[in-house]
Amino acid sequence: MKTAIIQYPGLNREADMIMALENVSGASVKTVWHTETELPQTDLVVIPGGFSYGDYLRCGAIAARSPVMAAIKAHAEKGGKVLGVCNGFQILIEAGLLPGALMRNAKLKFVCKRVTLSIENDSSFFTSKMNRGDKVRCPVAHHDGNYFAEAETLKKLEDNNQVIFRYADGTNPNGSLHDIAGISNAKGNIIGMMPHPENMIEPLHGRTDCLPLFESIAA
Amino acid sequence: MKAMIKVTLKTGVLDPQGKAIMGSLGSLGFSGIDSVRQGKYFEVELAGNNKAAAMTQMQDMCEKLLANTVIEDYEIELA
Repeated sequence: MKTAIIQYPGLNREADMIMALENVSGASVKTVWHTETELPQTDLVVIPGGFSYGDYLRCGAIAARSPVMAAIKAHAEKGGKVLGVCNGFQILIEAGLLPGALMRNAKLKFVCKRVTLSIENDSSFFTSKMNRGDKVRCPVAHHDGNYFAEAETLKKLEDNNQVIFRYADGTNPNGSLHDIAGISNAKGNIIGMMPHPENMIEPLHGRTDCLPLFESIAA
Repeated sequence: MKAMIKVTLKTGVLDPQGKAIMGSLGSLGFSGIDSVRQGKYFEVELAGNNKAAAMTQMQDMCEKLLANTVIEDYEIELA
């Protein structure tokens, strides 16, 4: 399986993501700078977390308009897989590849802690090795992860099984509507999530709950 | 020509920052506040003086970048 990650100025979680991807794919991850207009041959494009452009204007707003985005959109239109984590999720939403908006956390604080996620859809490319209803612990670290969408959009997400992850057991850290932690597009080949599964896959992380997510990619 | 753009949250979208500011104003002793909504303000200096063209261009800028129209409304004023 071939993977590529997109690098924007201000992202800082790419090293952990590269390690997580290389662990399961057994191949090196191509890094693509945001000014590129073409992607290398790849099955999966990952936009990792961080603070692209210092979160200026709105989180992910500037990165979503950088030259590489046209290539990411073309990749997705051909059915290629795209995963955005944290700032990567914000960027995908700002680019219009996923619906809704990510607003300032309801309690206005940056949250850095572990939450519990329930797997809501076990047929996605990132959850196929898990079962619906499974729960995993996973870290979050963000200031703007409060998922918002109009009632009509929320209904569509629910009806089409596009909610992939939900905060469970009262651990919603940001006020997200419907406890939404991660969603996909209607086709299912684009997934965005606020939590950081790449930081819960090795004994050194304390737990390895999120390893099956990355194994799903390789399946 | 100068364009002045106000970007505000749509009615119905919760504004926790506005709410926190309202609380803070209350603790400073200001009374009679029904609500506070926080927004953004941009000034864009434009070349030329064709107002109609400037308005079209500013609307395009708002739709494509300055506002997130999922949650925000915008108002453009030219001077």
